[in-house]
Amino acid sequence: MSDLYPAFVPEPERYEFREDSFHHFEMQRRDFFKVFGAGIALFAVAKDAIAAQESGAGGFRGGELPREISAWLHIGEDGGVTVFTGKVEIGQDIRTSLAQSVADELRTPFESVRMVMGDTALTPFDMGTFGSRSTPTMGPQLRRVAAAARSLLVGEAAKELGVPRERLVAADGKVADATTGRAVTYGELARGKTLAQAIPEGDSVTPADRWTVAGKPLRQVNGRAFVTGRHQYTTDLRPPGVLYGKVLRPPAFGATLISLDASAAEAMVGVTVVHDGGFVGVATGTERAAEQALAALRAKWKTVPQPSGAELFEYLKKNVEPAPERRGGSASGSIEDSLARAAHRLEATYTVAYIAHAPLEPRAAAAEWTEGKLTVWTGTQRPFAVRDEMAGAFHLAQDRVRVIVPDTGSAYGGKHTGETAIEAARLARAAARPVKVVWTREEEFTWAYFRPAGVIEIKSGVASDGTLTAWEFHNYNSGAAGIGTPYAVPNQRIEFHPVRTLLRQGSYRGLAATANHFARESHMDDLAHALKMDALEFRLKNMTDARLRAVFEAAAKQFGWPRKKAGAEQGFGIAGGVEKGGYVATCAEVAVNRASGEVRVVRVVTAFECGAIVNPDGLRNQVIGANIMGLGGALFEAVEFENGRITNPRFSLYRVPRFRDVPEIEAVLLDRKDLPSAGAGETPLMGLAPAIGNAIFDATGVRLRALPMAPQGLKMQG
Amino acid sequence: MAKSMELIVNGKKFRVDADSETPLLFVLRNDLGLTGTKYGCGEGQCGACTVLIDGEARRSCQIPVRAAVAKSVTTIEGLEHDGRLHPVQQAFLDAGAFQCAYCTSGMIMSGVALLRGKRDPAPKDIVQFLQGNICRCGAHPRIVEAIQSAAKALRGGAR
Repeated sequence: MSDLYPAFVPEPERYEFREDSFHHFEMQRRDFFKVFGAGIALFAVAKDAIAAQESGAGGFRGGELPREISAWLHIGEDGGVTVFTGKVEIGQDIRTSLAQSVADELRTPFESVRMVMGDTALTPFDMGTFGSRSTPTMGPQLRRVAAAARSLLVGEAAKELGVPRERLVAADGKVADATTGRAVTYGELARGKTLAQAIPEGDSVTPADRWTVAGKPLRQVNGRAFVTGRHQYTTDLRPPGVLYGKVLRPPAFGATLISLDASAAEAMVGVTVVHDGGFVGVATGTERAAEQALAALRAKWKTVPQPSGAELFEYLKKNVEPAPERRGGSASGSIEDSLARAAHRLEATYTVAYIAHAPLEPRAAAAEWTEGKLTVWTGTQRPFAVRDEMAGAFHLAQDRVRVIVPDTGSAYGGKHTGETAIEAARLARAAARPVKVVWTREEEFTWAYFRPAGVIEIKSGVASDGTLTAWEFHNYNSGAAGIGTPYAVPNQRIEFHPVRTLLRQGSYRGLAATANHFARESHMDDLAHALKMDALEFRLKNMTDARLRAVFEAAAKQFGWPRKKAGAEQGFGIAGGVEKGGYVATCAEVAVNRASGEVRVVRVVTAFECGAIVNPDGLRNQVIGANIMGLGGALFEAVEFENGRITNPRFSLYRVPRFRDVPEIEAVLLDRKDLPSAGAGETPLMGLAPAIGNAIFDATGVRLRALPMAPQGLKMQG
Repeated sequence: MAKSMELIVNGKKFRVDADSETPLLFVLRNDLGLTGTKYGCGEGQCGACTVLIDGEARRSCQIPVRAAVAKSVTTIEGLEHDGRLHPVQQAFLDAGAFQCAYCTSGMIMSGVALLRGKRDPAPKDIVQFLQGNICRCGAHPRIVEAIQSAAKALRGGAR
C-alpha cells in the first residue's frame, strides 16, 4: 500500500497539519471529581505514559491524573455517560457516530451518552478535526475506553452482588447475573465512588459484525435544537455586556497602513477604537453602530502591485520553490524508455483555480477577559491550536486561555486558524467588555484562505493491449494529497512542486486529491479513448486493488454502465480513486445544450467504501453532500482576483451550487465489517469532477482540462 | 438615530430602540435574542435570514427595521407551539435534512412560506422556490423530501 500511495508529509498552515502527540492534562484527581461529580472515570493513555505510571493499568488512587490522556469518559451516579474529546462537530455528524461507538462498546443506551467536544478546559488535547481522522483514530480510542469502563463495571458489580464476574453480563446500562437475574445499573455502581483508571493501548474491542448500536442509521443527536433554531452557534452567542467588533481591512493584500485618522469614530458615543501595529478595529454596542464606526475611520494605505488571476498558471510554473527533498514524490522504472516504446503516448496539462470554502456560518469568535484569563468561543477545527495562537498573541500562559467550540456552521477545512478569535480578544481587552467578531461574507471571501490553485502535467504511455506502461505526473502548488496513481504502472515518476503562493492558501475538504484525481482520471479517459477501449474496462485492466475494483463495479452496476446515448446532448462518464483510506467511484450523466453551452448534471451515482460503517445515515449524508459541494468546484467556482483584490467576494458574484444544480444522486455504500472504519468527509468528493468531465467529453468530444470546467457554460466549437 | 419602534414578532409585541435603518436581522438577533435567524451574506443571496412578514418569505438582512413596524413577523422560534413542532420542522427532523444546519432555519421558513401558497408542490416547485437558499453541506435532496412530506402531513390535517 505504501508503495502504491506515497506518503506525503504535510506542512502546517499551507496544506494540512500533522497529527501530534498527546498533551499534559493538568487536573488533579480531587479537582476532577469535584468538577464532574462522583462516579467512575476511564482514560485512554499513551502506551509510554502508562508504563511510567507505577500503578500500571490499575487505578491511581491519589495524586495526579496521567499526563498523556487522549480521550476519556465519566460515568455519573445517574448512569449518564459523558465522553470527552477534543474533536469538534462541524456538520460531519461525528458527535452522533462517536456516541454510537461508545454506547455500543459500553452496552448502554445511546441516549445515555453525552459528548463534550472541543473545549480546551475540559477535553484532552487534540491536534484538530481534519484529514478524515476522527473516525479511524478517535473512534477506536473511545471504544477502548468504553470497553475498559465496561470491564471495570462488571468487576464492581461482581463485588456488589458477591458473585464471580464470569456470571455477569453487561447490557442496556446494567450488569446482570445471568443465573439469578439480579442486576445493578451503571449509575448504582458509580454511586459514591471516585474511581479513576487508565487503560492501556490495545484493549480488544467488539468486532463490527457484533455491533448493535454502531452500524445502525441514526439521525443527528441534536437535530431538534437545529430545527427549532435553539442551537447556539458562535455567531449567536451574546455574553452579558457583549459589544460588536469590526476590523479595518486593507484595500488589497500586502497593503501597509500609512496613516490613520480615527477621530470621527472615537467621537462616537460608546465606541472603542484599537490601533495596535497593523491592527485597527472598533467595538461598540450594536452591529449597526460598529459598521458606522468602521466606516468613519480614515486610513491611508500603501499598496504593492501583484499578479492577477489572468497570470496565475504562468506564475505558478515560474515560482517553484527550491525543494531540498522531493515531496510526495515517487519514482520507479524508466519513464523515458517506456514512453519511447509505448504504442500510444499522451501529454496534457490541467489547471485548478483557487476556490473558497464559503461556510455558511462565517468565521466568528466571542472573547471575554476575566481576571487576566481569556475565554474564547469560536468555530474552529483546531481549538488547541487556536489556544496556542491566543497564548502567543497575548503573551499568556496556555492555562490562562480557554477555547470553546460550539457546534459549528461547517468548515470544510477552512477553519483551522483563529483570526477572529485574536481580533475579538484584542478588542475585548481594550473595551474591558466581551466582544464578538463575525466576519462579513465579503471578509470571508477575501481574508480567509483558499484551496490552492495548481497546474498538473501528465505524460503517459500505454501498450497496444491497453496496459499502462508509463506515468509521469507533476503537480505545481495544488498539493500532494491523492497524487499517487492507484493503477499498476511499472514506470512512474510522480512529483509535487511547492510554489510561493500568490494568495493565502490552506486546507480544503480533500485537499489536492480533487485536483489530482481530476487530472489523473481525465487523462485515463483520454487514454481509453485513444485505445478505443471502454473507460471502465481500461481502468479495471490496470487495477490490482480489489477494494478499488469493488467500488468501480458497484457504481457501474447501479448506474447501468456502459450506457447507450439516447441523443447527441447526452454523455456518461466514470472516475474514481483511493484517498485517506476510502475508496470511491462515481458515474455521471450530463446533458449539454449545444446551442447555449449549458451543462446540466442529470444523474450521479457514487459508490463509497470506508471499511465498517459506523452510521450509515450520517455516511449517506456525507457522500451525497460531498458530491453536491463538489459540483461547484467542478463546474463553476473560482476565486477571481486582480492586483491583490478579490473581485468576486459575494454570493452574487461567486456561484456555489444551488437547488437547480443538484442532480439525481445515489450513494452506494459498501459496508466492509471485516475492515477498520476510515473517515468519510472528504474522499467521496474525488470522483465527481473527473466523472463530469468525462461525461462532457462523451457528449461533445470536447476535453475540459481546467477546473472549474464550465464557469460560463461550455464554449462549443463551430 | 435611535428611534423607539413597536414590532410584532411571533405574535408578541416588542418595543425596540434602534436606528430605523438597522436591518431587521440585527434587531431580531441582538435586541430580541431571536438568534435562530442567521446571517449568511448580507445581500439577500443565501436565504439564511429568511423570516415571514405577513406570511411572505422575506430576507431580513435586506429589510430595515422600520419597514417591519406594524407587520406580523414570524421567525423560526415562532413555529413551535406547546412543545409541538410545526410539520415542516418535524419533517426536517424526520428526514435528517441538514448537516451543519446553519441554513436550516432559513430553509424551514422558506418551506413554510411555500406551503402556505401551494398545498401539493412538485419537486420542481420546491427547487424553484428554494433557489435563493444556499446549503453548503449538500442536504438539498433531503430538504426537498422533507418539504414534500410536510406538505403531505399538512394536507392530512396537521397544523
